[in-house]
Amino acid sequence: MAFIEAKNLTKIYTRGTEKIQALHKANFTVERGAIIAVTGASGSGKTTLVNVLGCLDNPTSGSLVIDGQTVFEDKVHLSESALTIVRRKIFGYVFQKFFLLPTLTVKENILLPAVFQPGLRANSARLTEVLQMLGLDKRANHLPGQLSGGEMQRTAIARALINNPSVLIADEPTGNLDSKRSEEIKNLLLELNQKQNLTIILVTHNPDLAKIGNQTLELKDGIIQ
Amino acid sequence: MNIFQVAYKNLLRRKTRTLFTIAGIMLSTWVLVTLLGFNKGYEQSLNENIEGMGFQIVLTAKGCPYEAATLMLKGGTGLRYMPEALVRDVAGRAEVASATDMLMHAEFDPNKGESGGTIVYLGIDPQTYPEMKPYLQFNQGEWFGADSAAEIVLGYEAAELEQREAGDVMLLPGSDQEFKVTGVLKRTGTQDDGMIFLPLKSAQQIFRKEGLLTMLGLRLKQDADQNIFEEDLYTLPDVQVVSMAQVKNTILSLVASAKIIVLSIAFIAFLIAMFGVLNTVLMSVFERFQEIGILKSIGALPRDVFQMILIETTLLCALGSLAGIIFAYLFSGFSEMVVRYLLPFAPNGSLIIIGWPTIIFAFVSITLVGVIGGVYPSLRAASIRPLDSIRSAE
Repeated sequence: MAFIEAKNLTKIYTRGTEKIQALHKANFTVERGAIIAVTGASGSGKTTLVNVLGCLDNPTSGSLVIDGQTVFEDKVHLSESALTIVRRKIFGYVFQKFFLLPTLTVKENILLPAVFQPGLRANSARLTEVLQMLGLDKRANHLPGQLSGGEMQRTAIARALINNPSVLIADEPTGNLDSKRSEEIKNLLLELNQKQNLTIILVTHNPDLAKIGNQTLELKDGIIQ
Repeated sequence: MNIFQVAYKNLLRRKTRTLFTIAGIMLSTWVLVTLLGFNKGYEQSLNENIEGMGFQIVLTAKGCPYEAATLMLKGGTGLRYMPEALVRDVAGRAEVASATDMLMHAEFDPNKGESGGTIVYLGIDPQTYPEMKPYLQFNQGEWFGADSAAEIVLGYEAAELEQREAGDVMLLPGSDQEFKVTGVLKRTGTQDDGMIFLPLKSAQQIFRKEGLLTMLGLRLKQDADQNIFEEDLYTLPDVQVVSMAQVKNTILSLVASAKIIVLSIAFIAFLIAMFGVLNTVLMSVFERFQEIGILKSIGALPRDVFQMILIETTLLCALGSLAGIIFAYLFSGFSEMVVRYLLPFAPNGSLIIIGWPTIIFAFVSITLVGVIGGVYPSLRAASIRPLDSIRSAE
């Protein structure tokens, strides 16, 4: 059984009286340990797709099963809190703009998801492991303002990994980085996938980064090509 | 790391704004603590002053009762006199445990203070007056001996002002006669501290008030009915009967009106604190819209976000009210000076008393009111959808 199974996923936004179909009957599966590259032009529905996949948004219709758990089925949606629980258990998120808290150190930013999951408090061994894995051990006590763009993105990835997620969702992770830092992040994602069997769903405009995907979902006007 | 540390560090992000918010709460608390302290201090000092009179009833010459009360509490001017003979039989009545004759005299002394001031003399009977006020104790010396001796006893503040000690001789302002200081009293916190006491006969002689008194102080026997006794005294012509209980009630009823104003101001202080906190925290929530959404995307439940914002609010309020209490305590002397300057009548003793009940009440109530002000912003923060915040960043 596939780790993620999407059937007829559809998302329609309403803006005033206008209805915008951002995603139209998407059908696909994701195997555990796969890297899925989601590509397409701006406005094609890439972010909508990963938001629905990552339980940040409810689809308008269709069904989504993750790790055997039905998250959406037709028009039955989970509550905000229930979605949060799913997010906690399954996903780690990396955003283009890093979204690090400026008053917290690298170490504290990484530990942030653990603050809200009392049962899954990351221990210091896990923190050390993640810091070393991401090459941040010497920057642990620095504030985000003292880091380079690459270091900030690595901190964001470390934050996404601290609670051992099954799936890493990365939305344009190299969008704010130069080519050298982008290469670093690409290699890091590959390493995480190969060494930890981490499932990665990657939204990108960057064809070089998209190449690491062993499955590509190319979207055009909300439809998977 | 825990949610408390995250909230604390959030406050450090905008240090100036945090400081101003704390300052606002501090000012509200300062006002509240000072007003509550004044409420307590004024009443307590007034009680002590009146109880320190040592009399239950005072007879004065007929006149305005408020003027009579002021005369007793402050040693006022515009004194009225009554003939000794008029009240002589009162002192001998069966209900009276003790009585003492007094002649008060006020004299302007151009050398007192920077621009002169009034010196209040009290001619007393050295046999009966000390009995009536057993709590009067001496720093130096003792009471004068004979009823007509050229001797004086100085109240604590009067001695300080005149720079005199027991054994000194001084020329009394308003007379050309030298008097020997036989004693200096300890501080009492009452109007006695500013008095110059001299024997009744001497006072009547040098102030040319032979056969006259300003007051007759009475203390009744324990089994005597004060109300009946007072009713009886009202029949005496040209005599004003002032009961200390009445004086106290009259002043306290005047103070009660002031209390309403005081409590209204305290209520406004509450509102200022609440809306100040509401405004600041709401602004902070709007500013951190994306961040809060990200926190929710990485696992924070609405209740976690609500808790985090409420902790920030509680920290602001607790720090502000703590600072306000410390300031109110440190500056209570200054506040008292201002209050004394503004009030037409202020009893001796501490006008602002900041006790533990006041401190605890102010801390708890201001913090609680502030936290109530933080509930709405916390709810707003808790309701932020992660998707909306991520979209707003795109």
